[in-house]
Amino acid sequence: MSLARRIIPCLDVEGERVVKGVNFAGLRDAGNPAELAARYNAEGADELVVLDIAASRDRRPTFLATIRRVAEQLAIPLTAGGGIRTLADARATVEAGADKVTVNTAAVMRPELISELSKEFGAQAVVLAIDAKREEARWDVRVRGGHDSAHMDAVEWAMRGVEAGAGEILLTSMDKDGTQSGFDVALTAEISGRVNVPVIASGGAKLPEHFAEIFSKGLADAALAASIFHDGVQSIVELKQYLQKNNVEVRLSC
Amino acid sequence: MNVAIIDYGAGNVPSVERSLQKLGATPERVNSAEKLATARAIILPGVGHYAALIRALDQRGLRECLVDAIMQRKPFLGICLGLQALYQSSEEAPNLAGLGILRGKICALPETVKLPHMGWNRLKVRRESALLEGLNENEYFYFAHTFAARAANEETVASCEYGTEFGAVIEMGRMCAVQFHPEKSGAAGAKLLANFLRNAS
Repeated sequence: MSLARRIIPCLDVEGERVVKGVNFAGLRDAGNPAELAARYNAEGADELVVLDIAASRDRRPTFLATIRRVAEQLAIPLTAGGGIRTLADARATVEAGADKVTVNTAAVMRPELISELSKEFGAQAVVLAIDAKREEARWDVRVRGGHDSAHMDAVEWAMRGVEAGAGEILLTSMDKDGTQSGFDVALTAEISGRVNVPVIASGGAKLPEHFAEIFSKGLADAALAASIFHDGVQSIVELKQYLQKNNVEVRLSC
Repeated sequence: MNVAIIDYGAGNVPSVERSLQKLGATPERVNSAEKLATARAIILPGVGHYAALIRALDQRGLRECLVDAIMQRKPFLGICLGLQALYQSSEEAPNLAGLGILRGKICALPETVKLPHMGWNRLKVRRESALLEGLNENEYFYFAHTFAARAANEETVASCEYGTEFGAVIEMGRMCAVQFHPEKSGAAGAKLLANFLRNAS
């Protein structure tokens, strides 16, 4: 008996729609956030993440309205982020119905943001999102949607973030994201082994084997994917049945 | 049924409210002693820091009437921090007195496991419980916490194992509390809330 590994679908949202293919030119519409949320809730998703990929100031009210509509559909935890720069941004996100908020670029620019949020909402509500890209023998932290280098070591940043009060790490491999060739096992195992908070692996998932591998060899506590769930390439129920057969503890509805 | 949800600004109030509405109850957000005194049943939700909850109860003058209501056997459900608040104190804020209805101190989970304890875990049922009726040990519930009650207390009807064994469900007469979040625990959580409402009516 132990803690189940979590499967987390992610909705990348622009305006009022879910989009996909973040790393490719030309975003493709993938549906209505509330409808997808209801579907994943019913299919046994363990949690849902909603990210505002545009993260622009003037679109903020639209995103908050989306969080509200998504939260209404859920009987599972909801994490939301993208463009959270201040305590006030986070407060609005939580008030809209998010249980946890993710911070990324703004935390790199001003690490105290992590402590401020942790003090206000508790560490369990603060998720540090790290976009990491391999650079020879290390991983570089990328910001602004992966465009720019933060000139920081991803492992060190994860440890600093946890020290500052982050209760979870959402770790995206920029090398693997969009490739559907499997999660980044080396990156995830390295960071998961170095911090004493749960790590959500993200980027590169397609096959059930990829999930099994990131839990066993990658030491991930949770695994996140987007388009494979939206497209129906991978059903959550079948994925969990596969994992259970392969000795990964998952929550399957009784 | 009319259920008072103590509203002190905790993040999970809207989702607790929504879960109760789906079950046909009429939740009302309450933050005054008068309203609490007339409620049919009381839910104390809570996420975040123990001190924030205790201070909020004191600032709103709710401590005394909440303790009175529980002592008068008014149906009560504490969620997460709402469970921890029932004890005498917590390591998270050593100088603040809890409600002191249950004996003991809330302690941090051991650092031999990743903290917070975050995600879906199962229960070990120790004795028969009205709150857990129809729910078995195969069900998962969603936890998100770092501090917990020791499982050895007699009010513990179900425990959970994460680094150590701790109290996950307590029940003493009509006073119930859970360390996990039933409002975030899918169908199993809804069943538990339905049991609470049924037993309260």
